[in-house]
Amino acid sequence: MSTKTFQQAISEALSQEMERDQRVILMGEDIVGGSGGEGEMDAWGGVLGVTKGLWGKFGDRVLDTPITESAFIGAAVGAATSGLRPVVELMFIDFMGVCFDQIFNQAAKFRYMFGGKAETPVVIRTMFGAGLRAAAQHSQCLYPLFTHIPGLKVVIPSTPYDAKGLLIEAIRDDDPVIFCEHKLLYSEEGEVPDEAYTIPFGEAAVVREGEDLTIVSLGRMVHRAVEAAQALAGSGIDCEIIDLRTTSPMDEDAILESVENTGRLVVVDEAHPRCNIATDISALVAQNAFGALKAPIRMVTAPHSPVPFGNALEDLYIPSAASIEAAARELVEYRS
Amino acid sequence: MSGGIQALTMPKWGLSMQEAKIVGWRVEVGGEVLSGDEVVDIETEKIAAGVEARDSGVLRRHVAGEDDVLPVGALLAVIADANIPESEIDAFVTDFQASFVPPDPAASEVGEATDTVDLSGRVIRYLKRGDSGDAVILLHGFGGDLNNWLFNQEALAAKHVVYALDLPGHGGSTKEVGDGSLREFAATVAAFMAALEIGNAHLVGHSMGGAIALTFALAHPELTSSLTLIGSSGLGAEIDGTYIDGFVQARRRRDVKPHLEKLFSDPSLITRQLVEDVLRYKRLDGVQDALATIAKQLFPEGRQVAVLRPQLERLQLPTQLIWGEEDRIIPASHALGGPAAVATHTIPGAGHMVQMEAAAEVNRLIQSLVV
Repeated sequence: MSTKTFQQAISEALSQEMERDQRVILMGEDIVGGSGGEGEMDAWGGVLGVTKGLWGKFGDRVLDTPITESAFIGAAVGAATSGLRPVVELMFIDFMGVCFDQIFNQAAKFRYMFGGKAETPVVIRTMFGAGLRAAAQHSQCLYPLFTHIPGLKVVIPSTPYDAKGLLIEAIRDDDPVIFCEHKLLYSEEGEVPDEAYTIPFGEAAVVREGEDLTIVSLGRMVHRAVEAAQALAGSGIDCEIIDLRTTSPMDEDAILESVENTGRLVVVDEAHPRCNIATDISALVAQNAFGALKAPIRMVTAPHSPVPFGNALEDLYIPSAASIEAAARELVEYRS
Repeated sequence: MSGGIQALTMPKWGLSMQEAKIVGWRVEVGGEVLSGDEVVDIETEKIAAGVEARDSGVLRRHVAGEDDVLPVGALLAVIADANIPESEIDAFVTDFQASFVPPDPAASEVGEATDTVDLSGRVIRYLKRGDSGDAVILLHGFGGDLNNWLFNQEALAAKHVVYALDLPGHGGSTKEVGDGSLREFAATVAAFMAALEIGNAHLVGHSMGGAIALTFALAHPELTSSLTLIGSSGLGAEIDGTYIDGFVQARRRRDVKPHLEKLFSDPSLITRQLVEDVLRYKRLDGVQDALATIAKQLFPEGRQVAVLRPQLERLQLPTQLIWGEEDRIIPASHALGGPAAVATHTIPGAGHMVQMEAAAEVNRLIQSLVV
């Protein structure tokens, strides 16, 4: 056990699984260092260096691809159906649009359309989220799109411990997994076992126990929720925080059990507010735990607008701890 | 006790404990306190439990307030004779607070970190506490680890050199367990002692660790100074097979929690972090196989295979059996009917984890045998 960053945890998961299973290969843009070019091999290790060092260890099992997401995602899906277990890096989730057919219509459908006989063990790793001053085409939270599609599993870790355990689980899973990494979490540190371990999909983490209010969140927003809960604790408001970890499958029981106990729900989601995870959870609770609610459900999300490029506007765009805190106070004070 | 005045301070339970919250007082100001009485309930990140008084006296002052979060070593209460004037109590509190320095979290971790030893390819993690005196070795039970002794090791280390180790397949040790037999585990204990040049030791074993201690003592009586078997396996066939199977199979929080609750007389002692720690252990590669191998070898179909009770008769060693009266894993009746020379202590209000639930009493019993 030692302290590792989110980035190191992911790199270690990849390395240990490649060591354990010869069928695991890596594909993506610049993950080696631009093979075919003049430059130094293994110089980059991906745009943020997550896969750095793996080419040196595993050679040809780490493949640089051309800048053609539609081609290499299709190739990875094909390789998965024919015996390999590719972990393919698609730099920014924003670029997924060019390969929706490969993901939505092919990878996600094979098991169903071949009567359960086809397996597609592909993991698509991708960066998401605002805050890196990367503008509207490199900052989105598109995980709700993938959560919508039956046949895909969607993972959104918030800590180094979860990142490693969930990635190993994803690689060993026989279905396509979209593994979403928030770019501002890579330097986050935490205790991570040196050994390999797996965290099951569909089990939320209870980050904090509390009696007065439930905050359901995911990804980077979990940290903002924790910040808000600490401030609220100072006023005697005791928050329970649930980190979904995976949005498909989703741990509905953990959410409902918590709301049954607290009677108040704030959902924090960095994605746009129409058809996002917050609306989905709000519907779940309104349908199944309406009787337990002491106040309306509050969603704290980004606005329905592209991510702005200006620093001040981008900061305003991302849900803040203060906005979570305000929503929580409103619920606790509701009709009291 | 300083001039008849005793400071009740925040204990340190386990490596990671830095602070705890005051849950509530069990003794009001003016109340009589006997040595070992639980005076105040506190809750750490890992577990909730009562803090015990070291000496008898009258509770003179609550220094900590309910819901306060205080660091290890902080003054919680003052216990003193009834005839000591209030002014002296005031002065004691003032002096204490003036000189109290909360421990530096970074420094305390370095001083108390676990070590590892490589026994022919099998790495064993252990925690050593105490500088002088006889060696004491603490052996945890099935699915446990060295943290099972977090209320005991520090107390015993006052007069002894105390080693708590993670058995193979457990905690931070190698997950490979060979055939998972008692003989295999006992051989690991022997190798551990040889590697650390421990001539002989008092063995204290809980549950499966008790059966391992007993197996070791039968094979190496010359290396065993005494035996304390706590809620021990190996003394009868009965065991809660649903616990063993449930613990082995559970992968999720809601599956594992009901099984952990069976370990304690008071299930409210189990915190979110305790459940999380068990899950983090169970998720490691190799643990599932290790536990399944051990369970199949030692507890197939909800029965204990090895019943060493007859051998206990032959053993010419200071030996005692300690049981929680409300043990739901291995019945407390296994403590009874042993040889006359074997002392038996059944502790009311405690379950299988009696060394945690009645730590002061268990520590006293261990110390009485380990002299």
